[in-house]
Amino acid sequence: MFAAAATAILVALALVITRAIKGPTVFDRVLAGNSVGTLAIMLLAVVGFLTGRPEFLDIGLTYGLLNLIGTLSVLKFFRHGDLAYDVESEPES
Amino acid sequence: MTLAVEIASWGFMLLGSFFTLVGAVGLVRMPEVFTRMHSASVMDTLGVGFLIFGMCLQAGFGLVTLKLLFLLALFFFTAPVVTHALAQACLHEGIKPKLAEDRRGTAGSRSADPDDGRQP
Repeated sequence: MFAAAATAILVALALVITRAIKGPTVFDRVLAGNSVGTLAIMLLAVVGFLTGRPEFLDIGLTYGLLNLIGTLSVLKFFRHGDLAYDVESEPES
Repeated sequence: MTLAVEIASWGFMLLGSFFTLVGAVGLVRMPEVFTRMHSASVMDTLGVGFLIFGMCLQAGFGLVTLKLLFLLALFFFTAPVVTHALAQACLHEGIKPKLAEDRRGTAGSRSADPDDGRQP
């Protein structure tokens, strides 16, 4: 059962990486990068169960938090052109 | 009892694998970035949810189940935040959603605003 789930996650990972390479805009690549993170966490959990060591879940939790911060910082960079932008100079949109 | 739990766990894991694959195929085949966000959310909610639920049934009561539920809560809160930020950044950049028909003319009866009330 875990082997089947791991195979499905690996196939999905390959398809998502295809989108990350092909993606026409940078937002496609950000989206694919976020999905790669999600699938990596699930693969970590499933392989932990497959080998009988579910302690890998701690690493998955940490990676989930890092994934959120990484994606949001990339998006903030593309929106404002700067990670520490000045709120005063933001044009009203 | 044990056999029933085993069968249910199998079912949930297979459903989770199915939805993960569907989301990944959608991510490759969808035409533009907003529809791709939609299929990525399928992977983040249904795929991850069913897989984690199947693993919870497999683990039984204990610390491992608690960690799995924390992981589920993490996805539950962070996936919408990321999708929202991505859509906002796309609209800010000037990428408009592709519609099957241009509805701005027909929406004039409800709102005279030509921009369809969408916030940039």
